[in-house]
Amino acid sequence: MGVGEPDFSTPWNITEAAIRSLEQGFTMYTSNAGMPELRQELAAYLKRTYGLEYDPNTELLITNGVSEGLDLAVRAILDPGDEVIMPDPGYVAYPAAVLLADGVPVQVPTHCENGFRLSANDVRDAVTSRTKAILIGYPANPTGAVMEMDKLAEIADVAEKRRLLVISDEIYSLLVYDMQPACFACLPGMKDHTILLGGFSKAFAMTGWRIGYAAARREIIAGMTKIHQYTALSSPTMGQVAAIEALRSGEAEAQKMIDEYDRRRRVIVKGLNDIGLSCFEPKGAFYAFPSIKSTGMTSEEFAENLLMEEKVAVVHGNAFGPSGEGHVRCCYATSMPNIEEALTRMARFVQRHRSV
Amino acid sequence: MMRKVYEILENDARLTPKQVATMAGLPEAKVKKVIAEAEKEKVIVKYKTMINWEKAGDDRVWAMIEVKMQPQKDVGFDSLAQRIYRFPQVRTLYLVSGMYDLSVFVVGKTVQEVGLFVSQKLAPLDGVQGTVTHFLLKRYKEDGEVLSPGGEDKRQPLSI
Repeated sequence: MGVGEPDFSTPWNITEAAIRSLEQGFTMYTSNAGMPELRQELAAYLKRTYGLEYDPNTELLITNGVSEGLDLAVRAILDPGDEVIMPDPGYVAYPAAVLLADGVPVQVPTHCENGFRLSANDVRDAVTSRTKAILIGYPANPTGAVMEMDKLAEIADVAEKRRLLVISDEIYSLLVYDMQPACFACLPGMKDHTILLGGFSKAFAMTGWRIGYAAARREIIAGMTKIHQYTALSSPTMGQVAAIEALRSGEAEAQKMIDEYDRRRRVIVKGLNDIGLSCFEPKGAFYAFPSIKSTGMTSEEFAENLLMEEKVAVVHGNAFGPSGEGHVRCCYATSMPNIEEALTRMARFVQRHRSV
Repeated sequence: MMRKVYEILENDARLTPKQVATMAGLPEAKVKKVIAEAEKEKVIVKYKTMINWEKAGDDRVWAMIEVKMQPQKDVGFDSLAQRIYRFPQVRTLYLVSGMYDLSVFVVGKTVQEVGLFVSQKLAPLDGVQGTVTHFLLKRYKEDGEVLSPGGEDKRQPLSI
């Protein structure tokens, strides 16, 4: 349960569209910002899903996954020494990307009792004269936490008052359970102050295609595009063709995968709680983030011992920041029999170590 | 809600109501009720196992037979369809649109046995105007499941 990657293959209609494009000779670069057809489809998708209007010619950029989008965003907006506020625990690349751009990551602790949501009060307290942006990623890796629109609005309020940009990594936005996807840029007045990062890897099981996107106001997209054209030139052409197909007719297949993740989510959360690893209910992404404090081990000890003794891989929580200590990340993007087997082995492991 | 239960069971009929309840996020009692009603109403027709008979070394012969028929007054195709599906050799029977009317899946021990069934039982029936028999050579995918190998995990280790 280590790797955070869908176990499904890309839906065949998407793969088939890419194969056909190769046969037809679509093997050259695309324009730096991405294929115009893809940007148009993306603009239509953001409009019908969130009611957001982005100009496909100036406000959208196709990137090599959200990973590149994040790198471009921080490099485009940060001066050396600028601070970026982000939740702790959080995705491992967030502080790294900021450091690589000569910025200063400011990690704000989040807590299980609060559903690992970022608190607006804590953000407000962390703002200094050097703060340039708030970086959020909900649904969250590693916790599976979500932030509802009213909670996001509180963050927006801080951003607006302190004139901060918000980088919102929404790669998991479609992977939500029992709720509607929430988009930060939808909040009143926020579209022009948000760099929306999204992609196809998770919801459409397209990790290897390396296609993501950034949506923001034109000056920011122009800055990001300039860096992108020098460092990546353009994103993979066949991946962009595949992404067009995903947007046009991939939603039904994506929904099937989301339904299956939901079933697995319920099984793993119940299973972890039943074996004494208390786990709050993750409403998004494909991660469970149980507490392992009852075992008396650190999360690194737990992860290593579990791997050595039971051959089950989980990721120790402090890999995602100091506030992740006491937890481990279990990715449930794996088959139901695998999840059940992992739970059986973890139960044995916990039982053994509790009685010591 | 009922659909959720059906979809879960359609994929794995061995799951207990308790497991289905966890997966669907429903109370166990509710799931039991839904299943009982579905069984009563024949929404759930049967619980069975999908066997890859080729892999099991079984050498039975399967054929898909196109049957063109003359619809009968008042009963249309139904009466003749009933006469056909009552033969135990007939495993699946569909009424279809297009160049022929019935699609009949038949199983037999040998090619001769299937051939005899078609020539002596099926073709002579009143109302049958003609048949075309296709012997099944290889099963690639059946009822949503790919039967050939190749389902291994292709994900590679990576650091992140």
